Amino acid sequence: MNYEQLVQSVIGDTASSLEKFLPELVICGTILLMLLSRLFKLTRQMIPSWLLAGAGVACAFAIAEPWKFLSAGATLERTEIFTGMLVHDAFTVYFRAVLLFTTLLFIMLARISRLADQENGPDFYTLVLGAALGMCLMAEANHLLIVFLAVEMASLPSYTLAGILKGNRQSSEASMKYAVYGAGAAGVMLYGTSLIAGITGSAHLPTIAWRLAEGMGTDYQLVLVLSGLMMLVGLAFKLSAVPFHFWCPDVFEGASAEVAGFLSVASKAAALALLVRLTIGFAVPPANEPIPFAAGEVAAPASLASEVLNQSQASRRPVAHVRSVADSVDAQNKPAEMIRVSQIRTFLSWVIGVLAAVTCTFGNLAAYGQTNIKRLLAYSTIAHAGYMMMPIAAGLAIMTENPVAASEAFAALLLYVLIYVFMNMGAFGIIAFIRNAVGGEQISDYAGLVRSSPGWVVCFSAILFSLIGLPPLAGFMGKLVIFASLVDAGMYWLLFIGGVNTAISLFYYLKVVRVMTFDPGPEDRSPPRLRLVSVPGVFTMLMTAPILLLIIQWNGLYQWAETACRTVLGN
Amino acid sequence: MDNPYLWPLTMLVFFPAAASLVVLLLPRDSQELIKRVSLFVTALVFIATVVMALPGFTGGAHFSLAEDAVAQMQSVFQVSWIPSFNIQYFMGLDGISFPLLVLTSFVGMLAMGASWPITKHVKAYCVLFLLLETGMLGVFLALDFFLFYVFWEVMLLPMYFLIGVWGGPRREYAAIKFFLYTLLGSVLMLIAILMLYFNSDIRALSDEQLIAAHVVPDQPAALAWRAEKVAAADLPSHTFNILALQQLGQHTDQFSKSAFTESGKSIQWWAFVLLFIGFVIKVPSVPVHTWLPDAHVEAPTPISMILAGVLLKMGGYGIIRICYPICPEAAYDLAWVVCFIGVLSMVYGAFAALAQKDFKRMVAYSSVSHMGYVVLGLGVWSAVSPSFNGDYWKMGMNGAMFQMIAHGISSAGMFFLVGVIYDRVHHRELDKFGGLFAKMPVYSGMAMLIFFAGLGLPGLCGFIGEVLVVLSVWNFSIVLAVVSAFVVILTAAYILWALQRVYLGAEYKGPHPEALTPITPREWSIAVPLCIFAIVLGVYPQALFNYMSPSVDQTVDALIQWQERQVAEDVAGKKKGGEKQAVTIDERKLPKPGQQSFRVPPIAPSASWSPSRVTPDPSYPAIQESAVEKNNPIALNRGT
Repeated sequence: MNYEQLVQSVIGDTASSLEKFLPELVICGTILLMLLSRLFKLTRQMIPSWLLAGAGVACAFAIAEPWKFLSAGATLERTEIFTGMLVHDAFTVYFRAVLLFTTLLFIMLARISRLADQENGPDFYTLVLGAALGMCLMAEANHLLIVFLAVEMASLPSYTLAGILKGNRQSSEASMKYAVYGAGAAGVMLYGTSLIAGITGSAHLPTIAWRLAEGMGTDYQLVLVLSGLMMLVGLAFKLSAVPFHFWCPDVFEGASAEVAGFLSVASKAAALALLVRLTIGFAVPPANEPIPFAAGEVAAPASLASEVLNQSQASRRPVAHVRSVADSVDAQNKPAEMIRVSQIRTFLSWVIGVLAAVTCTFGNLAAYGQTNIKRLLAYSTIAHAGYMMMPIAAGLAIMTENPVAASEAFAALLLYVLIYVFMNMGAFGIIAFIRNAVGGEQISDYAGLVRSSPGWVVCFSAILFSLIGLPPLAGFMGKLVIFASLVDAGMYWLLFIGGVNTAISLFYYLKVVRVMTFDPGPEDRSPPRLRLVSVPGVFTMLMTAPILLLIIQWNGLYQWAETACRTVLGN
Repeated sequence: MDNPYLWPLTMLVFFPAAASLVVLLLPRDSQELIKRVSLFVTALVFIATVVMALPGFTGGAHFSLAEDAVAQMQSVFQVSWIPSFNIQYFMGLDGISFPLLVLTSFVGMLAMGASWPITKHVKAYCVLFLLLETGMLGVFLALDFFLFYVFWEVMLLPMYFLIGVWGGPRREYAAIKFFLYTLLGSVLMLIAILMLYFNSDIRALSDEQLIAAHVVPDQPAALAWRAEKVAAADLPSHTFNILALQQLGQHTDQFSKSAFTESGKSIQWWAFVLLFIGFVIKVPSVPVHTWLPDAHVEAPTPISMILAGVLLKMGGYGIIRICYPICPEAAYDLAWVVCFIGVLSMVYGAFAALAQKDFKRMVAYSSVSHMGYVVLGLGVWSAVSPSFNGDYWKMGMNGAMFQMIAHGISSAGMFFLVGVIYDRVHHRELDKFGGLFAKMPVYSGMAMLIFFAGLGLPGLCGFIGEVLVVLSVWNFSIVLAVVSAFVVILTAAYILWALQRVYLGAEYKGPHPEALTPITPREWSIAVPLCIFAIVLGVYPQALFNYMSPSVDQTVDALIQWQERQVAEDVAGKKKGGEKQAVTIDERKLPKPGQQSFRVPPIAPSASWSPSRVTPDPSYPAIQESAVEKNNPIALNRGT
């Protein structure tokens, strides 16, 4: 293939890719608009930045059309876009929708609680959109290069967001810690990425899976394992999984509650999506050998690229990429491949399962001694990261025998993530509003709150009980589907740990509820009177309503999650 | 599917919850109004549960109390709820759940009436109380495991707050202890539910079994259903339907596979153990009973009434409705463990009650002791090959069910009566009472009656259940029977001693003697219905048995039929398989004693149960011996 043809096919590919990438493009455009509008005094005063940011995200969400792609009958083919750098399937659509929705909630929350003022508002919201863009890319990554870029793109704005409270020492410290930790983890991850790319000779995830299944790199098993673990370090950092969780409580304590909420939900959701992508990238080889871009058919509009297509198809075989184990893959080699693949799956399942168990248990135990509500919830998010990794382990464990059950396990994760959005955005929102009213974030500041603001206490208690996973609250449905996936996969040891953890977690969530309801209010000041009929009150109720009402009908949500996972394995 | 009962039962269950929203809107200061509305709501629910069983009121469709009808599940409706997990909104009633439902609404109404002394945060109290009632009613009606679990857990939160906010001095400790114990139990239950769910496949059921489990209404529908399943895919069709799980447990071997390892215990063995722990925490039986004295003592009087009168019954209900019918093999295997736990609770509870100085704590321990009868009565699986005479087991189960109702009345009454004097003198120390008979004669008379009912005096409700259970145990194990009969003496001792210290004597020795005024009409009107029920059920127990026994007997019959099939299969297998079978039995025999004795060291089940079975009935020694002989293969077959 000559240079001209390459350019032609890239143009064709890009044109078709841009269409599928439109929501992200809208975010990019909004960022540019916000930067521009801040240059001129008139626009700066006329258009508040939160409105611009909110409108941009809402637009992107509308363009993403999750309801169209995730409805019961819809089947969205898995397509690789941008020469195989990104992948567009129902899983992408689901996570993009969740992330954009969370960003929208966060922008509303930040506006309501007046986190960013007129002066630093544009900076703040630009950073938020930048982080959201990076997180969306994490969920779509199909190439190790993009994996690294997306993680960095999501992280860098987060570092700044954590330190957005200018002049606040704690906030600056949080930002600093976050950045240093993040840099270290990113470095390790990059190293792991380069190792695996070096061994398999590709950074394209399906190609890597294919070559690993073919037995490439069997001589370097130690290096392979090492690279896998190193990449896991980067992800564990984003997930705040033990033992890479140390930044989490400090950052959450220092950062404002709103930012902590955003980090705990969006950043974690993106990291989980990426974890799923990577595990599938290593453990699920595609049915047919992936054809590298420009060597095979390109999803290009016919008008532009039909000629190119014909030529490239004709010349496919000769240009086939370098493969050490040659073309001798036929039926009799399949069993060996399957054994290799199932070994990889078992290994990953155990690593992730153990990580989940340790993370969950540690988070729940460490939360018990906390006196600061944000620190407490930080440990709670660590524990929840553990819960959310469990279905991934279960899915990997059962993938070989029962791919349908595996995709159901991933669907459990997706449902949990969605429920978690409401729980944590609600919880951190309430913390922010109470901080505005009381001026404190110690648990003792909440004493006797039930006397003055009963409605708020009911909402907050519902959210906390939902985090424990008590029916009939939404958190229970999440726990149920996760535990169900564990039983289905036969991972009873992990199920047992999850169950015991549920009981342990009761203590510290109840501690907050107890302080709010049983303890008498402080004597030196009257407890704050927060009204439910107010903008913060409405936000709180909007977050609590799904938690209370989801029990009535959650089949639809689960079906979305299931649809989203159906194509993720099925290539 | 036509569901005439969808709205009546839904409204019955959710009416208190809906009413709690109305109560929320009432002004905070009008306490009297709030209490009256709540009482009105609970009274309406009670009337509704009673009216439901009367023909005519509802125009045809009603819960029939006729003997042949009451054995079956009635008033059933099912609506698809979460199709992804085959979860249904599925409720129904039979002779087991109906008396408990009436008891719930009855005790709920009386407890609301007993709530007048509550003056702190009345609105919140009433809202939580009504939510609690919805949870309690739902547990007894739910026939879908998911729905059952949700209702089971829904009770937790209101109860936690009701104890924690309105309770006594150690309320926070008591509340969290209650919460933690129950949550731990329900997590284990959830694991068992999921295990059963993922190992079930209702396609294995025959048409009759599908109809019995209310999966399909009739034969043609069953055929259509099958065709649909075949067309769908080759995927197993899991279910949360409790009735279908019962059929699967009794008619298929889906739950008999090994759960974790190749040769370990079966799925149903683990499910039974997990479920049993979950339920027995609620009952509560001895190793896991310690939440009860704290919760009962610290809770306010009406909540103690609810706890003792209704919540404890859910454990027993779970065992009879879920544990036994779904996991018969494991239940048979562990019958000794169940009975032992029952007797242990009886003895321990009675001794503990004897040692108490606090009046309410004594009543609380008496609950532990009395609920031991329930566990014991449920567990006496005394039917053996070849006669498979289940009469004694039926007697035990009926006795246990009766004991649940009777204890619901007597313990609610005892807690209320203790509350009455606590409201007056603000202490509960047994040693600082005395002479109440002189100052409060009417009250003391009723107290004597209720306490005697608790004691099990013939002619009062407590007697029937206890005597049936103790009689039935004789056929199961003579040792346990002797011990459980001996408990009656202990019961008499602690109750009579308490009565003597509180009501008899020359004069009142404690503080606030001036407050000892005769009971008010409100208190009177709560105590009198309890007294009436205590007498009526004691004199004419048929009033309850007529409606309850058909269902209980049917449950027992189904289990014994399962046992007969099992023995028949085993004999057939032995003849056919010859040596090969013998070898497998031998292999199975090996791991068994160790595992069994690990669970309950003092008793080696199959060893000690055959001689005790032979001795009590000398008139049929030959049959008994052959029964034991023939039975042994099954006993060794457990856990496969």
